[in-house]
Amino acid sequence: MSSPERTDVLVVGSGFGGSITAYHLAAGGAKVVILERGPWLKSDDFEHDFKLGSSYTRAFDFVVGDGMSVLGGNCVGGGSVVYFAAMPRAPRFVFERRGSINRRMWPAAVSRDTLDPWYDRVAESIPITHQGWEDATYAGGLWAAACRHAGRTANPVPAAVDREKCVNCNWMMAGCRFDAKQSLLLNYLPAALAHGAEIRPLHEVQRIERTDDGGYRVHYSVVDDEDYRITAGDGAIDAKIVILAAGAGATPVILQRSEAGLGPMPHAVGRYFSGNGERLNTAVLNEDRVREVLGLDRGDGLAYAANQIGKGPTVANWDRLDGSLPEYTRYSLEQLYFPPGLGTILAQAPGANPGWFGVGKKEMLKRWQSWLIIFQMIEDDNEGVFGPPPARGNADRLSQQMLGIGRLSYKPTANTLRAWEMADADVKDILERDGLATVTPWTNDLVGAYTVHPLASCRIGDDPHTSALDDRHELRGHPGIFVTDGSAVPGALTVNPAMTIAALAERAVPGIVQAARERGVEVTYGAPAPDGSTAGRRGVTTLIPELTRR
Amino acid sequence: MTLEAFADTIIPGEKRWPGDRAVAGAAPGGGAVAAGAIELLEWDATGISGGLGDFARALNEHALAYAAQHGIALEEDVPPFVALDHAGRTALVALLTAPGHPEKDLWVSLALFSNMAYDSAAHLSTADALAAGHPGLTAMGVTRPGADGLWRFPAYSYGRPLADLHPDTTPSGSPA
Ligand SMILES: Cc1cc2nc3c(=O)[nH]c(=O)nc-3n(C[C@H](O)[C@H](O)[C@H](O)COP(=O)(O)OP(=O)(O)OC[C@H]3O[C@@H](n4cnc5c(N)ncnc54)[C@H](O)[C@@H]3O)c2cc1C
Repeated sequence: MSSPERTDVLVVGSGFGGSITAYHLAAGGAKVVILERGPWLKSDDFEHDFKLGSSYTRAFDFVVGDGMSVLGGNCVGGGSVVYFAAMPRAPRFVFERRGSINRRMWPAAVSRDTLDPWYDRVAESIPITHQGWEDATYAGGLWAAACRHAGRTANPVPAAVDREKCVNCNWMMAGCRFDAKQSLLLNYLPAALAHGAEIRPLHEVQRIERTDDGGYRVHYSVVDDEDYRITAGDGAIDAKIVILAAGAGATPVILQRSEAGLGPMPHAVGRYFSGNGERLNTAVLNEDRVREVLGLDRGDGLAYAANQIGKGPTVANWDRLDGSLPEYTRYSLEQLYFPPGLGTILAQAPGANPGWFGVGKKEMLKRWQSWLIIFQMIEDDNEGVFGPPPARGNADRLSQQMLGIGRLSYKPTANTLRAWEMADADVKDILERDGLATVTPWTNDLVGAYTVHPLASCRIGDDPHTSALDDRHELRGHPGIFVTDGSAVPGALTVNPAMTIAALAERAVPGIVQAARERGVEVTYGAPAPDGSTAGRRGVTTLIPELTRR
Repeated sequence: MTLEAFADTIIPGEKRWPGDRAVAGAAPGGGAVAAGAIELLEWDATGISGGLGDFARALNEHALAYAAQHGIALEEDVPPFVALDHAGRTALVALLTAPGHPEKDLWVSLALFSNMAYDSAAHLSTADALAAGHPGLTAMGVTRPGADGLWRFPAYSYGRPLADLHPDTTPSGSPA
């Protein structure tokens, strides 16, 4: 056998966890290769089109599991290309959560205070707009007004969107054609490339094995550009350090499949999966009541009828984000947009049986422009478990793109179900007041619960039994393998997770640099933000020694 | 014909001609069938096109069993599922897609694509579908894109404060 290619650092996946670490390691002097299973799409490739095979399905991954379906990115840039770019920090109480293990889930070293400097580094690297009311879309404004009418507060959500470039087309899930969304394609990834990192699209990593010199061999398949069910050959790369960042729906699967070549995995690999407590409700608004009760008017004769207009979530209700409340009763309620197809099939017609199909559903669809989607993020119980891995990737691919069947099983506990019930009731209370709307939750009967925020399937922690990674993101028992994506986050965050995933990835870098140096890689820590700014770097200086102790 | 009747159960439409059997005529306007459900199902990109014959056969077997169980006499000039009336078709599809049914995944995927033909016209370019008056997108009120095929909404905001902010909001705009 010819000896495989070699690199210092091999990164699996090019989303938040992959791009951020790849940038810092490349900037620090390491030779970095990123393997990404999806295609490399540029701004001009992002289409406004629902046709199968357009950027919407090329860049997307939808894996149906038993009780939980996971949506994610499938392209260079990962979830950042298809996401809605809401970038709030997680509230303080989240880091004190006990969850299903009844003791602190997060490592003692991580709190809001110790993470804030890393959040700052991210905010300097990915321009995040502190949005005002003039940025809130009609849908966001409607949600705010309804919250106020019900005696609640509401906040415009910080977002990685350039308001000058945004045209409010609501095609974010197909990739942003206007470079308004500040995806990783605009910051960390080009900076990583400038420092010599290589990105190989359509390279799906299958498994990892140990090499005789204490390093790792990473095996991949090359995926067809159009029909992802087809592969065209295999290959392998040897690396001194492996960074797994394939997303919380894929990273544990790669590790499970690698057990033969790596030896036993920590117990928590593929366990404790959280869907970030996500659940969706659809409200169908009564346009007259919107005008009469809330006094809203678009100025063009319409009160609302603006479901199609906007930039995903712009306004959230955070009244329940109160650390003095008991666990499982804290959640946020965020206005959202989901396009037809994925955003319509699970909606249930109010009062109709059946709710998700048939005559009643067709009637409901007629009112589509008057829909308002509310997104709940409750504290779930980390109840997801991955079964034995499929033949390749993280799913048996059914369609040429997007749709596959995975191995995740998720049976919501009483805690999770109660929290969803509470949040459902709250949304109803706010939106059904004075005849504003009728609200129904999405059905969980078809594809289970549904998450775009997979987390925790390979998490950090202090307890080796319930966490697969130590507090520096190194895989227990497998030195030199790090996990820096959403799977490292210990549990549900009650807000959108990308900001926290990114901050944790930033925080993991000094430890990875140190491990690389111990393995003979000439690399240093201390790159500025991708655009050269240095305030964030100054802000974390005092935290580095703690992160590089052994 | 059987699959048309299935798609028509998911999003019902008006009969295409007098005596149309597959489409039950349970709702005004075009439904999933008129929207192109069969074109979408037959496209190999979906991953289910190869199994359509088996789906139709299985559906008809379920329809026979359902009719027998409920003492329904089926006319024999059309496949059994088509011979069911709209209420019967609906009840059967609800059974087949209910949690716990052994073939649930299969029927859910068929329903998923039937639905997508109507509410996203996934077999057509969206701009073309709208220009051609696609029944689903049109009924939903999806607006047409600009001349370059892209959507832009210059007016998008009420532009004024509509609620009090949470008292614990940090300077970065995040929860504390
Ligand atoms: C529609 C949608 C909207 C969202 N909106 C928001 C939002 O507004 N705010 C927010 O905070 N979060 C949002 N999210 C979630 C956010 O995108 C994710 O939390 C985030 O991208 C996760 O980062 P990650 O590094 O864990 O993995 P990802 O960003 O998912 O990156 C993983 C990458 O690994 C690749 N990969 C997977 N398997 C392999 C393999 N075997 N080999 C090689 N590569 C592989 C994938 O293709 C992907 O590119 C949204 C997600 C979706 C789907």
